[in-house]
Amino acid sequence: MSAEPNTYYDRRGIIGTLGRDGLIQIILVANTVIMLAPILIMLFSAFKSTQQIFKSPFGFPDFANLTNFTKIWEQTNFLRYLLNSFVVTGASMALILILGTMAAYALGRYRFFGAGFILMFFIAGLTLPLKLAIIPLFILMRDMGILNNQLSLIFVYTAMGLPSTVFIMTGFIRTLPNELEDAARMDGASEARIMWAIMLPLVRPAMVIAAIQNVVPIWNDFFFPLVFIQNDALKTLPQGLTTFMGEYTTDWGVLFAGLTLSAAPIIAIYIVLSRQFISGMTSGAIK
Amino acid sequence: MRMTGRGWWITALIVPPMAFVALFIIYPIVAAFTYAFFDWQGLLRGDFIGLANFHKVLFEEPYAAWTRNAFTHNIMVFVALMVLQNGLGFFLAYALWRELPGARFHRIAVFLPVVLSTVIVGYLFKLFMHPLFGVFNISLRGIGLGGLAQPWLGQDSTALWALIIANAWHMLGFPTLVFLAGMQRIPTEMLDAVRMETQSEWVKITKIVWPLVAPSATVVFVLLFVGAFNWFELPYIMAGLDGSPYGSTDVLGLYFYRTAFGGVSSGQPNFGLGSALAVLIFVFIAAIASVITVRLRAREIQL
Repeated sequence: MSAEPNTYYDRRGIIGTLGRDGLIQIILVANTVIMLAPILIMLFSAFKSTQQIFKSPFGFPDFANLTNFTKIWEQTNFLRYLLNSFVVTGASMALILILGTMAAYALGRYRFFGAGFILMFFIAGLTLPLKLAIIPLFILMRDMGILNNQLSLIFVYTAMGLPSTVFIMTGFIRTLPNELEDAARMDGASEARIMWAIMLPLVRPAMVIAAIQNVVPIWNDFFFPLVFIQNDALKTLPQGLTTFMGEYTTDWGVLFAGLTLSAAPIIAIYIVLSRQFISGMTSGAIK
Repeated sequence: MRMTGRGWWITALIVPPMAFVALFIIYPIVAAFTYAFFDWQGLLRGDFIGLANFHKVLFEEPYAAWTRNAFTHNIMVFVALMVLQNGLGFFLAYALWRELPGARFHRIAVFLPVVLSTVIVGYLFKLFMHPLFGVFNISLRGIGLGGLAQPWLGQDSTALWALIIANAWHMLGFPTLVFLAGMQRIPTEMLDAVRMETQSEWVKITKIVWPLVAPSATVVFVLLFVGAFNWFELPYIMAGLDGSPYGSTDVLGLYFYRTAFGGVSSGQPNFGLGSALAVLIFVFIAAIASVITVRLRAREIQL
């Protein structure tokens, strides 16, 4: 039996393997070029004048030419939009993580009547396309007096983020060992103290996954601001971008600079944390 | 039942998060169903009118024609993205799976557009597809194919396809990396066994890899289905709320939004008709997605 070729490569021959791997490599490189080219063209165009963009769209720019960015800085509300996005995303994420951890802790650490039903309640929220409920949401926000107020966004995002967060964190909290908790309870620590001082430091990894899964859709969302927010000073970045793109239609240099600035924060974080982003954003789809 | 100290503690933990989900997810969805049965005067709810709103959007012209037009486009988008996004994603995942030099970089590159906002992607492609100054047409002229240059977004024969291409570029990385994760879970012993049996890549893909990544396929198919029938942002940015030109890019999401809140040219907001559309889309998505899930789950093999 030892004479039997035992690896794939032996049977194929080295040439065949190289040919096949070469073809795969070519496909991958071509795909990567297609994926990155639009982003690079956007970045390069941000440093060009409109004439330069029209004349040589693929040419290398003079990166010291910041005219477009100065224009954005001086003439538009861009910084305001950016700040609003930070506020809305930050507040929503804080609420999601606090409330999500509370629910997950109760569901994961205690046995009580109705726990199964409550978990089902959260999971149901995971699958419902909330966009289709925009009319009742609009009326609800009006009745609460928070139309044209960023609280409307923060509340909707929090509610949207909770199901996946509770789902991820309950599973994780269940797997934590009981010993520490029992020992603390013997020492007479209160339930709140056990949660805060002993268990919470252990759930940080699950919090990171839940945070990444939610932060990208919230930061990028355009639909809910479109319906809830009219006041220009309250707009988030994706929504503000639509105003901005409408105002500068003919100044392509400024348009590309605006797109580049909007894309920059998330691309920068993605490059640093690509592995966490990929696993966080696909974790809902991978069993 | 008397509440103990621990009972109160659990209640305090569980009630605030449940209240958020109940108020901002469950209640609006339930309410959307009831709204559809009323006659709305602007923001005020009028009389109960039974199924009249549903009848109108499904069977009365011109609403019925608009509904059919938008629905047809959603189906085209779903089928096209099934090939361009999920199909291509599967083969890319297969290529990445080999872990050739640079695989890590390719993986990061293919997922990069996924983290961008649809608004950014929409505007970027809108600029690229500009008839005179967009890079698409400039490139075509540059390689001597100027005859193929088109106003991609400006004519009804190509507009929907232009949006589909932009969406495929934006989202390709998602199915790719979900499939890749599925492939990485295939046990090595199983692969070695197959390598002894056959040299054909095709047989390996169709007989081993494809059946074994069935759970990933189920997830990306269902998510694409839900996404395709909820499609709104990209057509809104690239084609506008009216699905221009001439409704050739109109999809259910745009049509629903226009009906509910009033469009550029389509007059008054109508919450009754809008809610009826929302309920129909919702029921359609829920029904088909469950059928797809059950059918696809049945062919999954437990490893």
